[in-house]
Amino acid sequence: MRLEYFQMVDRVSALDPEARTISADCTVPEASPVFEGHFPGYPILPGVLMIETMAQTGGWLVMGLLRFTRMAFLAQVKEAKMRAFVAPGQVLRTEARLLHDGSGYAVAAGRILSDGKPVAEAEITYRVMAFPNETLRQELINMARRVSMPAELFDARSDND
Amino acid sequence: MPSTFDTVAGIIAETCDIPRDKITPESHAINDLGIDSLDFLDVAFAIDKAFGIKMPLEEWTQEVNDGKVSSDQYFVLQHLSENIDALVAAKAA
Repeated sequence: MRLEYFQMVDRVSALDPEARTISADCTVPEASPVFEGHFPGYPILPGVLMIETMAQTGGWLVMGLLRFTRMAFLAQVKEAKMRAFVAPGQVLRTEARLLHDGSGYAVAAGRILSDGKPVAEAEITYRVMAFPNETLRQELINMARRVSMPAELFDARSDND
Repeated sequence: MPSTFDTVAGIIAETCDIPRDKITPESHAINDLGIDSLDFLDVAFAIDKAFGIKMPLEEWTQEVNDGKVSSDQYFVLQHLSENIDALVAAKAA
């Protein structure tokens, strides 16, 4: 995880288009300016960043299922629960399951686990719309490659642009 | 079995915290009931789930934005309910 760059997902470990599920690995950095403020003398991952981590995991799922033809923007978070503190260096597993693929929106259930135990969960709604520009789309595809998204989910067009 | 309108009205009342007795078949979801686009996503999700459909909101919105139809066609609840019935029937066919 690169907290300062909002790159929360390190590696997508599995994405099942049939089951509409994804799982990913995320390791909290040992050091980050974030921990200087949250909190001095007691560094823990902010809950809002746990939510962002779940949102990004589900976002990769939504965009992957759409083969990067459309962008998923965070629109709503429901029933968010932070069940445990997360410390620097902690290894996390994130999971998301698509609950509904609506017209112009999608809803996913996300959660974070550590050592198999639930750390956080939330229901996340995305607005799904055209990429605002091609630069963003290409950057996200490049990032998708870096986090090991299954290559077959990339729109073939993207590789030739 | 509740009518489609009753189900939709119940969803709107619960999702948007609007008194049920203020919701009529003639109500326009946006202009009369003040449902904004984010709340309407919740309503759409609940309707899609309740009826097992996928309302083509993007297509509807595009038609309205293009001036092809009045927003009444899709957002007055009586018409919305009729559109839902048509989607349910199309799915069953």
